[in-house]
Amino acid sequence: MKRLHKVLGGLGMAAAALATSAALAQDPIRIGFVGELSGPQAALGQDQYDALMLLVEQGGGKLGGYPVEILREDSQLKPEVAVQVTQKLIEKEKVSMITGLTFTPTAVAASKVAIANKTFVIGSNGSSNNMAGEGCSPYVFIVSWQPVPHVAVLAKYANEQGYKRISLMAPNYVTGKSFLSIFKEHFKGKIADEFYTPMSQQDFSSEILQIAASKPDAVFVFYPGGLGINFVRQYRQAGLGDKIPLMAHGSLDGTNLPALGDAALGFITGSIWAPDMDNAANRQFVEQFEKKYHRIPTMMAAQGYDAGQLIASAIAKVKGNVNDKEAFHAALKAADFPSVRGKFRFGNNQFPIQDFHVIKIVRDAKGRVNQTVIATPLKDAVDPFAAQCSMQ
Amino acid sequence: MSLSLVILQLMNGLQFGVLLFLLSAGLTLVLGIMNFVNLMHGSLFMLGAYFSAAVLGATGSFAQAIAAGVLGTLAVGLILERLVFRKLYARDHMYQVLATIGLILFFNEAVRVIWGSGSISTAVPEFLRGAVAIFGLPYPVYRFAIIVAGLLVGLGLYLLIHRTRVGILIRAGASNAAMIAALGINIRLLNTAVIGLGAALAGLAGLMAAPISSVQSGMGEPILIMTLVVIVTGGIGSVRGAFYGALIVGLVDTTGRVFLPVLLRSFMEPLKAQTLGAAVASVLIYLVMAAVLALKPQGLFPVRHG
Amino acid sequence: MVNNTYYPSARSVVSVVLLLGFLLVPFVAGMTGEGYYITFTTRVMIMALAASGLNIALGYGGMISLGHALYLGIGAYAAGICAFHGIHNGWAQLAIGLAAGGAVACVIGPICLRTSGMAFIMITLAFAQMLYFLIVTLDDYGGDDGLSLTARSTLPGLDVNNSTVFYYIAFAALMLTLFFTARMMNARFGRLIQGCKSNHRRMVTLGFATLRYRLAAYVLSALVCVVAGFLLANLVRFASPSYLTWMVSGELMVMVILGGMGTVMGPVVGAVVILLIEEIFSNVSLGLPGNLDSLVNNHWTAILGVFIVIATMSVKRGIYGSLPAGGRKP
Repeated sequence: MKRLHKVLGGLGMAAAALATSAALAQDPIRIGFVGELSGPQAALGQDQYDALMLLVEQGGGKLGGYPVEILREDSQLKPEVAVQVTQKLIEKEKVSMITGLTFTPTAVAASKVAIANKTFVIGSNGSSNNMAGEGCSPYVFIVSWQPVPHVAVLAKYANEQGYKRISLMAPNYVTGKSFLSIFKEHFKGKIADEFYTPMSQQDFSSEILQIAASKPDAVFVFYPGGLGINFVRQYRQAGLGDKIPLMAHGSLDGTNLPALGDAALGFITGSIWAPDMDNAANRQFVEQFEKKYHRIPTMMAAQGYDAGQLIASAIAKVKGNVNDKEAFHAALKAADFPSVRGKFRFGNNQFPIQDFHVIKIVRDAKGRVNQTVIATPLKDAVDPFAAQCSMQ
Repeated sequence: MSLSLVILQLMNGLQFGVLLFLLSAGLTLVLGIMNFVNLMHGSLFMLGAYFSAAVLGATGSFAQAIAAGVLGTLAVGLILERLVFRKLYARDHMYQVLATIGLILFFNEAVRVIWGSGSISTAVPEFLRGAVAIFGLPYPVYRFAIIVAGLLVGLGLYLLIHRTRVGILIRAGASNAAMIAALGINIRLLNTAVIGLGAALAGLAGLMAAPISSVQSGMGEPILIMTLVVIVTGGIGSVRGAFYGALIVGLVDTTGRVFLPVLLRSFMEPLKAQTLGAAVASVLIYLVMAAVLALKPQGLFPVRHG
Repeated sequence: MVNNTYYPSARSVVSVVLLLGFLLVPFVAGMTGEGYYITFTTRVMIMALAASGLNIALGYGGMISLGHALYLGIGAYAAGICAFHGIHNGWAQLAIGLAAGGAVACVIGPICLRTSGMAFIMITLAFAQMLYFLIVTLDDYGGDDGLSLTARSTLPGLDVNNSTVFYYIAFAALMLTLFFTARMMNARFGRLIQGCKSNHRRMVTLGFATLRYRLAAYVLSALVCVVAGFLLANLVRFASPSYLTWMVSGELMVMVILGGMGTVMGPVVGAVVILLIEEIFSNVSLGLPGNLDSLVNNHWTAILGVFIVIATMSVKRGIYGSLPAGGRKP
């Protein structure tokens, strides 16, 4: 009797082992998505997520030919929450990698946790100068952009357009001041006005009036999100829209255009991508995204999609064996995927080396207010922090 | 800095002050008469903007948008009064703060559920577009309209409060609420009316601000803080205090932003003057409020409590 | 016959269960191998600590401060700025933070205490806003992007990088604060403060120099929040202006009032409830039909808001405060 039990027990265990190994072979690769999914900034995080899910859906629930499971967490624009949810994803949900990351503070906080746990991060937006330079890590890949060339492209464009005098405006905080100083560094002309507005200020009529009085050749501003909507509208309402060209960084992205509507037509911004870029990957991405979500994809969505494609290409290269860290790292670094931006490769600091375009807001073929590329002043731009990164 | 520019900046300050007045008038009455701290007043402002923008987008009719903005927030205010506020009048301020914070959270999410997280599109109505030339500089017609409309409403409020029977009740209530209840006035009806009036005014301010702001979740909180500064500076319960307080805050804020850097530039290099000026300007109204409270803790035009 | 049976009150049961729970979390987490619960509960304890700090001024002292996030920020940035300049010793950072927080509280305290009611609320809020704008504009310390701490503060003899060790440091800070609050509030000072809350005029008539005592309570509550901020920055290794927003002050107020003002454990209960709601509703799958599940997950703050409103209307003295106290049954 005992022997029968033992045999049966043994058979049972063998069966269980077979079953689990079969199940393991089918176990989906778990990917954590951390982003800002609540509050007014949720529009940005949602774009990153929606684009990633579109790719997963297109693959029939697979990336790179292997089934994946995306687990999403909201970091609420609070670094302490970002740390908590990233840890939860890695320790409890056992994800093999983290993607997403919308804003800088939460991106930095989440990355620290991931690096400490030797988990890969494929960030599709937020980053810090430190992450590009001294603090670079082999575990962190940023698929979006580094702010310096992103701002410098408009300065270069201004030079090429022959603008001699430009007025500048930004909110009075570190990022605002930093962006204006980047612009000034690359712009060869004179600065007519330089206004730093208090962060809570929503009404820019006074500054716009002063700019109207100065009569510069063009205006460059950095106003993100809601501040950008207010500024662009007020600029238009003051009657300057047709008189003085406006180059706005952060104000004319896809999330703001629906609210701005016609008020944005004719204005300029800089970006790594526009919906009308002419390559096969982008054409199908824009078409499928518009079909599924009934809105024009934004730059955040394009980045989210590219991050997903990067992950897919790497998974395919390692044949689903994402736990082989060295192989997976090499696969990620190879960046062998059809980017919606056309070409894509990583620099030594695992930030992209890419083209930066000048975008104009126009009415597209379907009559919608949309973005189009009009120039590409910066080709294969490398960010200035790459040299400080010790990686090869 | 030319005189014309100065005058135009002052007009901007006036326009901002007028919007603040609409918000402050309602809130100061609610606080003064019912001793009720209503922190979700900013949410009513937000709802006014959302209702009017949504209706304008759907029908294209500005008249309908105004109706939606004012009547919509009036309805919300009355419903909340019946369901929530009424039960809190007798409670301590802390509980009122707590409950209204909960309402802020709820409404910020509610608008996200209905209209999404991004900013929704609004537009200045056709007949108010464009700019007029004042002293050779362009000034938006729409902002003119805000000043005019706001002053008219202010006049209407003055007439209501100082020339009608309801106004007498309101002023008496602000002075001594218990007394008028004892005198047999239907205090419940009065409370409801005051909340309704405040809500409608907030909705009006919201719908007027919508075309020149970013209409999104959370837009009510920054303006709420300014409104609270106004009523504390002007004197709680006093509509006159709200009027002058709003003008002062509006003018100080606008002129501070513009003229502080200019002032500092006379003895500092331009970039430092700009950033320091902006930094001080962002806290200027708080400093003014603190100064007023230090000298006159009851505010500039306090209601005399009989 | 005299019945001397001692029945533990509901309050003491809840207190013991909670504190024991905190004590045991690392063991449970260690057994299940899920270290993330340690991080989550550390955060709960830090917020409970901050709420307990606010409780001294608000719950016992009746001072409705909507600006206590200011002190959370001072504690966090003391750690961050010191680390930035190479001062990594935890005690030094904490000392600097307490000195700064104490100085600020001593300056703005008297200004605030000259006012009352709505004006007091606004003045406290105004000062918190001022520090928020100051930090956001300062170039060197990260501004809006926040300030990263290269390493956790060092405390000689303790391995702070071990999450369990850090957990018990936070636990110790919380226990110490609760203990001192309990002792203090039953002593003369505490009684005075509560007297001021209950009827200020009477206390003045009785001849007490109330301003001095209320100021002391305010400063004390500020210092506790500084410690909480210091711990928060170390937990995340990040100091951010997001710790200073008035919504954070509001959250702390919610925790204190909803938990139970003027009780020792009330703020702790409040912190646990609020953060549990956040954790549960942002992730739960209730099996609701259609898209309702993801609606709940995306918009859990609406549920929190409704909960706060209903709880405020129905529970008169906070969740913990409504539980019967006292242990003897006649």
